[in-house]
Amino acid sequence: MLRQIEGSRAVAETVARCRPEVVCAYPISPQTHIIEAIGAMVKAGTLSPCEFINVESEFAAMSVSIGASAAGARAFTATASQGLLFMIEAVYNAAGLGLPIVMTLANRAIGAPINIWNDHSDAMAVRDSGWIQLFAETNQEAADLHVQAFRLAEELSVPVMVCMDGFILTHAVEGVDVPEQSDVDAFLPPYEPRQVLDPDDPVSIGAMVGPEAFEEVRYLAHLRHLDALERIPSLAAAFAEAFGRQSGGLVRPYRTEDAETIVVALGSVLGTIKDAVDGRRDAGERVGVVGITSFRPFPLDAVRDALSGARRVVVVEKAFSVGFGGVLSTDVAMATHDAGCSLRTVVAGLGGRAITRRSLEEMLAAASRDELDSVTFLDLDHGIIERERARMGATRRSGPSAENVLRDLGTVASWIG
Amino acid sequence: MFQVRIHGRGGQGVVSAAEILSVAAFAEGRHAQAFPSFGSERMGAPVVSFCRMDDRPIRTREPVMEADAIIVQDVTLIHQVDLFAGLSPEGYLLVNTSRSFDELGLGEFFGEFHRDRLVTCPATEFALEELGRPLPNAALLGGFAALTREITLDAIDTAVRERFAGAVGERNAAAATAAYRFVTLAEEELVRAATN
Amino acid sequence: MTTQPVRFYQVGSFAVGNRLLPDDDRTVQSDQNRTNSLDSGHRACQGCGEALGARYALDAAMRATGGRLVAVNATGCLEVFSTPYPETSWRIPWLHSLFGNAPAVATGVAAAMKVKGKGDVRVVAQAGDGGTVDIGFGCLSGMFERNDDVLFICYDNQAYMNTGVQRSGATPPAARTATTEAVGPEPGNVFGQGKDLPRLAMAHDIRYVATATVADLHDLEEKVERAMQLHGARYLHILVPCPLGWGSAPNDTILVARLAKETGLFPVFEAEYGKVTAVSPIRHRTPVEDYLSIQRRYAHLFGEHSRTDIIARIQAIADQNIATYGLIDDEADSRGQKEVTA
Repeated sequence: MLRQIEGSRAVAETVARCRPEVVCAYPISPQTHIIEAIGAMVKAGTLSPCEFINVESEFAAMSVSIGASAAGARAFTATASQGLLFMIEAVYNAAGLGLPIVMTLANRAIGAPINIWNDHSDAMAVRDSGWIQLFAETNQEAADLHVQAFRLAEELSVPVMVCMDGFILTHAVEGVDVPEQSDVDAFLPPYEPRQVLDPDDPVSIGAMVGPEAFEEVRYLAHLRHLDALERIPSLAAAFAEAFGRQSGGLVRPYRTEDAETIVVALGSVLGTIKDAVDGRRDAGERVGVVGITSFRPFPLDAVRDALSGARRVVVVEKAFSVGFGGVLSTDVAMATHDAGCSLRTVVAGLGGRAITRRSLEEMLAAASRDELDSVTFLDLDHGIIERERARMGATRRSGPSAENVLRDLGTVASWIG
Repeated sequence: MFQVRIHGRGGQGVVSAAEILSVAAFAEGRHAQAFPSFGSERMGAPVVSFCRMDDRPIRTREPVMEADAIIVQDVTLIHQVDLFAGLSPEGYLLVNTSRSFDELGLGEFFGEFHRDRLVTCPATEFALEELGRPLPNAALLGGFAALTREITLDAIDTAVRERFAGAVGERNAAAATAAYRFVTLAEEELVRAATN
Repeated sequence: MTTQPVRFYQVGSFAVGNRLLPDDDRTVQSDQNRTNSLDSGHRACQGCGEALGARYALDAAMRATGGRLVAVNATGCLEVFSTPYPETSWRIPWLHSLFGNAPAVATGVAAAMKVKGKGDVRVVAQAGDGGTVDIGFGCLSGMFERNDDVLFICYDNQAYMNTGVQRSGATPPAARTATTEAVGPEPGNVFGQGKDLPRLAMAHDIRYVATATVADLHDLEEKVERAMQLHGARYLHILVPCPLGWGSAPNDTILVARLAKETGLFPVFEAEYGKVTAVSPIRHRTPVEDYLSIQRRYAHLFGEHSRTDIIARIQAIADQNIATYGLIDDEADSRGQKEVTA
């Protein structure tokens, strides 16, 4: 039933209907509403059997999930930003052990400077961890992806991270059809582990592996991701059949048929980009957009196909590699290296800066005129940058840049965006 | 699409107001989207929330820069925050105060707007009367319904009761109704003044 | 017929041959049907105290739980020497995740067993002193505080041996390690630092805390058995000499462990809900020199430039332990146990 609810609530209810058996909680904005709601369900007995454990850190949250999953329980947790970084050793470990944990990542910037708002720096920081990373465009998709995530994870014995934009999605109230329990039960079979800690059949999990086999073990993990490239579209199709709506899949093109310029992006900004694309289409420009749902595994073939007709590709990213440029752009470049199209990176929305339709349309218009730099920082305040650079040039003890910049800006409470 | 921006201070139910409005619009069969200004604000800090309503699915995720309506829950923000930024010339403004725009020193500022779309409403007084607490958000939604006719009082009433259980919902709904009546009368005054 | 009670200290080692004991009093290790949880063929050094401690502890835990046991292991010597790919010495379900998270992983295993209706399967987590008092302490404290149903065993060899003998928060004063070299006016590890983990565990008011050494097998096994009879968070701290890191002879591992106890440097006791309930008294009070002088990590205290001042400071620590725990008591019973009345 379609209801007007908060994204976090929709995800929490959906996760509960996936019948997780061990759920760990450690508070960090903006994922807290998800874990709070699940905790209340366990406390009230509406989610049972389930062990809800308040742990002392994100590192413990992922570690408890590892133990629970290895012992045969369906495990779930959620985190964001610094929390993901604090658990990163265990994040890699869960993937290396092949434990099908599902985690919601409420995407948030990474400090310093400390910032609680949305961007994709956290997800990018664990890009190579071995987790499958799926990005939700809407709260409906965020909810639906969790159902698919548990099934995908458990089929392949690979952990799955469902990335949803912090605040922009987690705290947005909009219409979501939370999957019904009976439909979820029909779609998601009980967890049947490939490896389990069982006194009746003892195994050692987590042995040391030397040079003689490490590469093979890692390659097997890579193969499971390649398997995921096959399974993700078929699960999305099965989901569409069972639930009557499209969610998930590898990539999602919009108005790309005859497009000369195609934007590539991840997550909720796709909505605003679609509005901008419509705007440019109205102005006579042949523009389209491809949303990537599966960032890891990265669907090279699907991206290549989706971009095949384009003369220009513009990757809009909510993260970047300092000292280099785009992160997603690198992957898109791999997909299009022999396609003969130009590739531009637009870094936008860092630390929660609003990505407006107006700015996107101006950027797209510039792209259509081939006036876009290879790397553009959208809506960057060059005056602020110059002032701080001047201060740094004038004196050695110029002080902390973040504070200097804030002083230059004056009162920010008056800002709307 | 009709876009609403709500200004207030932490603790005044600014975020809840946008959510309740979105639930009311949803109940009337429209697509709706509500979200806060995403701060880690504490009690008393300036807070902004947003609500969009449309007959088509809403895709954009940007904050409401160009508002069709602005609700100001806390009048002390007037000289601190750029409250009216991006308000459409056709737009509506509802300010929670027992004073008039002239008394607030804003009379001349509104020259470009439709005068009958700008209303002050003592929502906190209605809230104090009904709830005994200075939480003006539900009352202002009643006033918003009267001012814009974008939503019915019935839908606001249902959404408020859905949000606040039992007696609290009852009293918030009563405050909304009181504000609705007040703004309806004020509107009639303004229309009369405009036609005379 | 007159009987002569067996006293453990009849033999020089204070140990007693199992053949002198009735069947019920014999150790798990003496039982041919023991699990061999940590089986032979592993790659530990000669005379490894940790290998001994782990084998004793886990076999005892297996017997106490009727074989319904899962072990979680922190990174460290025990993990490395027991599971060089593709071999494993573990004959019990065993999971290694990371260095600092064994307590939390064990919490997860216990939670899964509970939710799966397999509450009879018990969980032991084990780590060296680094994985316990340093990098794993946050997770350990969390596990204690939540009172999760886990027995955590610390095999304390007083330094990071797996990485080449670096100082840990459990390294004793004056001991040489690779990061507290025996140079300068205050050679070796400094005084006044270090964590007393058993006391920290007690401060969490958990159900059961005990210390033991690999020198007293009966005592160690009994404590494991006792721990497995209880539920909630439990902690067992076992002193396990490391011939490599301590510079002791491999065939002296038991002797060194025994001297640690007999000098008073390593108090052996039990505690419940934060209160000491029993101590193992010292049988033959021994000066700390006897313990220190057979370990090369203390070699800088002896010889030509003997540091009697430092030895005296170590003796003072031992004396303080003896006073604090009441380790000298002629009225202890024949098992060498002294009950403490609260």
